[in-house]
Amino acid sequence: MNQSLIDYTLNLADNSLILGQRNSEWCGHGPVLEQDIAITNISLDLIGQARNFYQYAATLIGNDATEDSLAYLRKEEEFKNCILVEQPKGDWAQTILRQFFFSQYQYLLFQQLQNSKDEQLAAIAEKSLKEVTYHLRWSSEWVIRLGDGTDESHQRMIKAIDELWKYTDEFFSATSYELRAASNGSGVDISKLKEPWMNKIKEIFSEATLTIPGKTLIQTSGKEGKHSGHLGNILTELQYMQRTYPGCDW
Amino acid sequence: MNNYLRKFYYGDIPEDKAGGNIVSSDSKSDWPLWEVFIRSKQGLDHKHVGSLHATDAQMAMENARDVYTRRMEGVSLWVVESKYIHASNPEEAGELFEPAADKIYRHPTFYDLPDEVNQM
Repeated sequence: MNQSLIDYTLNLADNSLILGQRNSEWCGHGPVLEQDIAITNISLDLIGQARNFYQYAATLIGNDATEDSLAYLRKEEEFKNCILVEQPKGDWAQTILRQFFFSQYQYLLFQQLQNSKDEQLAAIAEKSLKEVTYHLRWSSEWVIRLGDGTDESHQRMIKAIDELWKYTDEFFSATSYELRAASNGSGVDISKLKEPWMNKIKEIFSEATLTIPGKTLIQTSGKEGKHSGHLGNILTELQYMQRTYPGCDW
Repeated sequence: MNNYLRKFYYGDIPEDKAGGNIVSSDSKSDWPLWEVFIRSKQGLDHKHVGSLHATDAQMAMENARDVYTRRMEGVSLWVVESKYIHASNPEEAGELFEPAADKIYRHPTFYDLPDEVNQM
């Protein structure tokens, strides 16, 4: 059993699942009908990605593991998602900005992961990349629209940057399982993604009349299972049915 | 006795407490209306499928993609701002359309089409 490959795959799955769950909180509450559907589509894309990664992780783990047991029955400290994706959805600006940060990261990551020596990861990355390309386009345009919009939308973007920027370094600081996956060719050397990521952020921010903050905290704990309190809240909701009625089906 | 009727617009449903604050939704209804046309597959025409609100053409295109093509409805999209569409006046329907009713010789029904010809 290849524990680092399992952890690596779970990290990819957990990021998509938790952000998909967060975005789904907008369902029925979007600012306008068209954007309600847009963000819900993105949620479903992310949950679809998560399923692919969980199914693969389940085959690696063996025993009785399934995509459902991995999503619904693991404990908070077993989740390997980064801290950014578990943060509350906040207002529309915060949701948009987080999606933009994350989609740009996923875009760069999946471009590389397509070349993984692990055929399954390569295939999932290739399939997901088209979705992510659209998420990136959609969220970039919203960042520009809000940043370069009214006084209020500009202020809300500044507040969102203040809230979220500090979590973005976690993308690029590798855990031991990411280093191992990168060195044997199944994973991606994420430290190399930081520069192109930053270039894209600068490009969009300058069009949006927004400024990149200076130094920030490096948060690396989520991928190692140390989460902010927000993850527990999501899991309580996400896992409620399976924990209350084990094995329930519909 | 006064009865107040409140109209809820989409996204305005109060989330905290029943009754909620009355939120003006003017800014939402200010967004221009767009008409959406989809080509369902190569070789066919774009067909009108509905409308949506958006601030600009790019947003209209993406909204159309998100709202109208989620179930593989199409391969190409057109959006046009509704104000640019000029509609015929229903009161003029008589003079415009009824004269065609008794001119069946204009229909290509007097020919036998080979089976290979589709989309006629």
